[in-house]
Amino acid sequence: MTATPTAPGIDSRGSPGWLRLFYRRNGRALNACLTFLLVWGFFAANNPTLFLIPGYYNAFLFSVPATIIITTALVFVVVAGEIDLAFPSVMGAAGGLFMTLVISGVPVLPAAGLTMLGGAVLGAGIGAIVVYGRISSLVATLGLNFFIVGIVNLLAQGRNIESRDSIGTFGYRFFTGKWDLFGLQVPNHFLIAVAWTVLCYVLFRYHRFGIRVQMVGDNPDSARQMGIDIDRVRVGVFVWSGLAAALCGVILVQTANMVWFPTSGKAYLLIALAALFVGGTPTWGGVGTIWGAFFGALTVTLIPSGAVGAGFAGFWTDFIFGLVIILTMVAHRFGGARVR
Amino acid sequence: MSGAASPLAAPIVELRDIVKRFGSVEALSGVTMEVRQGEVLGLLGDNGAGKSTLVKTLAGVHDPDAGEIRVRGRKVSPWNPLAAREAGIETVFQDRALAPQHSIVTNIFMGREITNRWGLIRVSRQVAEANRLMREIGFTSKVFNPESIVGHLSGGERQGVAIARALYNRADVIVLDEPTTALSLTETQKVFRFVQAVRDSGRTVVFIGHNIYHVWDIADRFFVIDRGRTAFQGAKAAFRGADHLIEMMHQLAETGRADLGSLDPEKLAPSA
Repeated sequence: MTATPTAPGIDSRGSPGWLRLFYRRNGRALNACLTFLLVWGFFAANNPTLFLIPGYYNAFLFSVPATIIITTALVFVVVAGEIDLAFPSVMGAAGGLFMTLVISGVPVLPAAGLTMLGGAVLGAGIGAIVVYGRISSLVATLGLNFFIVGIVNLLAQGRNIESRDSIGTFGYRFFTGKWDLFGLQVPNHFLIAVAWTVLCYVLFRYHRFGIRVQMVGDNPDSARQMGIDIDRVRVGVFVWSGLAAALCGVILVQTANMVWFPTSGKAYLLIALAALFVGGTPTWGGVGTIWGAFFGALTVTLIPSGAVGAGFAGFWTDFIFGLVIILTMVAHRFGGARVR
Repeated sequence: MSGAASPLAAPIVELRDIVKRFGSVEALSGVTMEVRQGEVLGLLGDNGAGKSTLVKTLAGVHDPDAGEIRVRGRKVSPWNPLAAREAGIETVFQDRALAPQHSIVTNIFMGREITNRWGLIRVSRQVAEANRLMREIGFTSKVFNPESIVGHLSGGERQGVAIARALYNRADVIVLDEPTTALSLTETQKVFRFVQAVRDSGRTVVFIGHNIYHVWDIADRFFVIDRGRTAFQGAKAAFRGADHLIEMMHQLAETGRADLGSLDPEKLAPSA
């Protein structure tokens, strides 16, 4: 290394060691991981015997994957400086499409693939309306969420779709099979969620698309000046969230024993957004963390059941939920203010 | 001074009789300017003189209404940002087009990432390339490295990031639009060091500035524009000093013309 003469002492910024460098690169994700451990530790301290039984986490691992998948995909949307409130409707629509395909004879795995393709197309449509219509994504996706839910309701006429025959097929077992790990039942769809998180991480951190998403969110004018097609990148993040929502829709109907309800997916709106922000992705765009979102999803899923397990009466749940969100927001604030 | 443009250096960019109108306003009314290989050309002019229109014309943002642009002797038409870039002219605008929350490497490769065929970033190659570019312009320090966040850098250092990026894009001519405006003395010195390194590598710099002393220190030749026309130009040696240049610009502002008789005629505009 050739060091040019910079007078020592004038510049007070020290050269960071590898530990500081690691923290600076992964600080948000580490904070989110720490939050999860603290929340878990707080609950576990109140009822250690229950929280040390592996089987206690069966229900947790069964319900957390959908939240993980949608939250990690939403990181792209928020980092690009947009917001997607339409994903619950895509989840519902995807579940309906999936079941329609299954009852008309398409095997589970190809049906899942087609459904994800459909989710991506729907996401592209949502993105195109937001980006080329020059509408605020907050307003546009809020409206589109109602609109898509409405269409799904009209098509379904309020009826459920079920396909008990598919239970036990290879495709069904691919999504819902379980592995026994010292008394803990690890479902396949949890493993799918972990694999999805790794995929999102690589895409976000090491792929041209993820890097450009970060550039567009950080400074759209700069990105445009440097030749990045910022509209295409923005539509791209909605495609990605549509794809994730469709995967969630497929998983939701399968974990409900191959029954689809027209209201499927509705419950995830606030949970996924809470997980995203607890996970340490800031609201201002440009930066975010995939593993943080992963731990955020674990945290918000743990709170309702964990609070009950720790001995709090059920009506404490919302209070604790709110407290954790606010405290982590304050903690993240200390962890990293916006750099301009 | 090594690398200073000799009078015989070939013009790398020529603007001939450039006219640019915005509605009824004529921002440039027939400007002819040459940028020579390996020189630092200081572009000066009062507010509203047409400086920024001229810069944007060089950058390809404006396509002139009349006149022609030649690069290395060949006429380029149509003239647009892509054509300018392909001709090797890279413009660093005042806002520098950076992403402050990201690293120097990420900024240098913004929009032109080095990837494999799956679109995955070749991280170590980018870092090595960034190191090379930063060393080339003397943009190195113990306190930052290619992984440092741009938002933590000073104004002069951010200019360094933008200049290193311009080099990566294989620019022969780098146009710096007010690179030292709002910078402190030490920061300005840093930018000067980068500019000198760029010139020493045989490339050409067009340096636009408000502060005449700044431009005087760094430029080999001056081009002064006034009310959309070429007011005067001359090599540094034609002037008695920065104060002489300032005096002429005052004259220009007050009377609309400068006394060219005070310049050393031998060194005024060698290639004219």
